[in-house]
Amino acid sequence: MTDAVGREEIVLNMGPHHPSTHGVLRFVVYTDGEIMRKAVPEVGYLHRGIEKLAEQTTYTSFIPYADRINYLEAVFASQAWAMAVERLLGVEVPKRAEVLRVIAAELNRIANHCIALGCVAMDLGAYTPFIYLLRERETINDLFEELCGARLTFNYARVGGVSHDAPDGWLDKVGAFVARFDKVMAELHALISENEILVNRMLGVGVTCAADAVAYGLVGPNLRAAGVDWDLRRDLPYSAYPGLDFAVPVGGRDGRGVAGDCYARWVVREEEMRQSARLIRQALAALPDGPVMGELPKKIKPPKGEVYAAVEGARGELGVYLVSDGSNTPYRAKWRSSSFSAMSMIELISPGLMIADLVAVIATLDTIAPEVDR
Amino acid sequence: MKEIRDALAERLGTEIEWHEDLAGDPFAVVPPGKWLEACRAARDDERLSFDFLRNQTGTDVPADEVIEVVVHLFSYKHRHAFVMKTRVSRTDPVADSLVPVWPAANWYEREIYDLLGVRFTGHPDLRRLLLPEDWVGHPLRKDYARPESYQGIPTTRPGKEDR
Amino acid sequence: MSAPEDEVEIERGPGVAVAVGPLDGLLNLCRKNSLWYLLFGTACCAIELMQTGGPRTDTDRFGFVFRPTPRQADVLILAGTITYKMASRIRRLYDQMPEPKYVIAMGSCANTGGLFQASYSVVNGGDLIVPVDIYLPGCPCRPEALTEGLMLIQQKCEQEPWLAKAWGRTPEPAEPWPGRPREC
Repeated sequence: MTDAVGREEIVLNMGPHHPSTHGVLRFVVYTDGEIMRKAVPEVGYLHRGIEKLAEQTTYTSFIPYADRINYLEAVFASQAWAMAVERLLGVEVPKRAEVLRVIAAELNRIANHCIALGCVAMDLGAYTPFIYLLRERETINDLFEELCGARLTFNYARVGGVSHDAPDGWLDKVGAFVARFDKVMAELHALISENEILVNRMLGVGVTCAADAVAYGLVGPNLRAAGVDWDLRRDLPYSAYPGLDFAVPVGGRDGRGVAGDCYARWVVREEEMRQSARLIRQALAALPDGPVMGELPKKIKPPKGEVYAAVEGARGELGVYLVSDGSNTPYRAKWRSSSFSAMSMIELISPGLMIADLVAVIATLDTIAPEVDR
Repeated sequence: MKEIRDALAERLGTEIEWHEDLAGDPFAVVPPGKWLEACRAARDDERLSFDFLRNQTGTDVPADEVIEVVVHLFSYKHRHAFVMKTRVSRTDPVADSLVPVWPAANWYEREIYDLLGVRFTGHPDLRRLLLPEDWVGHPLRKDYARPESYQGIPTTRPGKEDR
Repeated sequence: MSAPEDEVEIERGPGVAVAVGPLDGLLNLCRKNSLWYLLFGTACCAIELMQTGGPRTDTDRFGFVFRPTPRQADVLILAGTITYKMASRIRRLYDQMPEPKYVIAMGSCANTGGLFQASYSVVNGGDLIVPVDIYLPGCPCRPEALTEGLMLIQQKCEQEPWLAKAWGRTPEPAEPWPGRPREC
């Protein structure tokens, strides 16, 4: 529509193939010149029907599918699935397996944040930090490959434990990685975190207030950046987290960023990487001897019932609602992912931002297409 | 759980059924006519304060001729969780939209409409979310059959027996 | 130089002038050392594609750089699962690429649908949409395999009598799948 001065509202299409959308996400952007009136996300370009496939596979053979729901944090998804089935079956997981799951999970969190922060910097024009962080990811990929055979989609958690015990020398390698990691974070911080251009592009941009964040179901680092002090590992502890000591970064404190803006989301993720290294050190020290697999029935056939199990993934609460009808395949499996909620908020945040700010918002919300579409 | 039971029983009386005997989480079932009221009570009642709509989904149960719409609620204030369901008819599934209560319900309900076919009255923008606009059918229904092809692309590789 | 059994079969154009041969060699040398791939990926294999461009495998040393627009790309790497919703967009990206262009199907999902074959919304293979030159197995496909795939494309470039084939002729666009809707 044209107004009195003769300006028109322009409709732009961003995606599904676009260098700055994280995966195949699409936005229909209504703009008045450079300033957006609103950005409507269109999703579904990676809808692979995983929930329908869950109804056709057995509980154990679903775990590779769970990995692919969010391939950057594959351990969390398979851990959530294993926890759900274990709760229905009433199976206890041995302590060694729980600690190994925590080590794998925190390594995965670091690897995920490497890509997340690297992509934020790359989308805003700084290519170098991405390559530095990919170098760290390669070390983590090597560690995982030695542990369970895969670099990306690990298929590591099993119902009742984990698939492989740590091979000889692996724990020392993890210890060496973590010992070096503080220096890496210092290098990253010096390289990019307080860079004037990065800060100016993210400070005060795309603010999500705490009330909106809760109402729209935002979770994880996005929620903490908005000022809500909530972390499932500390507040509803599961697995081997009780007894492990770590800090939960919340946005808007320490004078770095306004609560809920893009820079706060960057700061929270950066701090989480350091806390993950701290957790891995403690877990390595606390690793007991023992089996890595619990006592399981021959065929996994949970009794009739339903359960919701969630873990604090790298992007936030990753949960599965599992309904069992007593047979050896699930009756219904629904995955609750954080990117789904984050994408649904973009229409709320976008009015008034510039198109380039939309790139910063998408990157810092760390939305990823497979979690949205499943 | 007891406080949740008491608070909701006060508002809805015998209309709410409690299921606590199956494995896993207990849940409550509310008739479709009381769905919006029950959810509003869950959010607004001081003893409940369910401000976080954790999850909303649907399950097709052809054996009972219903589609269940499930919500998982959580309260950051009281740190308690709750599961509530409603059962709508499978032949003409209509339920009240929860968007006025929790804005997060917007996309969850679009997904349920897309994959199960449940229509939500009062939803601001009910259209398909994950599948293309011209897709026929609702895949998460138990009696869904894969189409032969979509826009000319076959669904199985030529020369391969169907799995 | 590649061994005879590694050579890829290419059909030769009719009436090749002898003088064009060395020019073809020079052109192919330039082309194979500067294959630009489209920055495109749908799922997990896209992460391994990014790692392949990273410091350890570093495809940049071969001259492979990513381009965000298909108009400047030589190679389309189908990295990840292809859904029906995305299929027409991929075809449009392929059609926008100028000749000579190559397609690599990276990973199980792009080869045949992978572990999502039985799903209602997944296309069982990239070759149902675009003509594929190289198929790379893996779930996800390893960076070493992707590098090998790119080197096979380089071999293909080496042997193509592009100048001889195309001298004075406009290349015909490849046929899309039958039944493809007109508007995409």
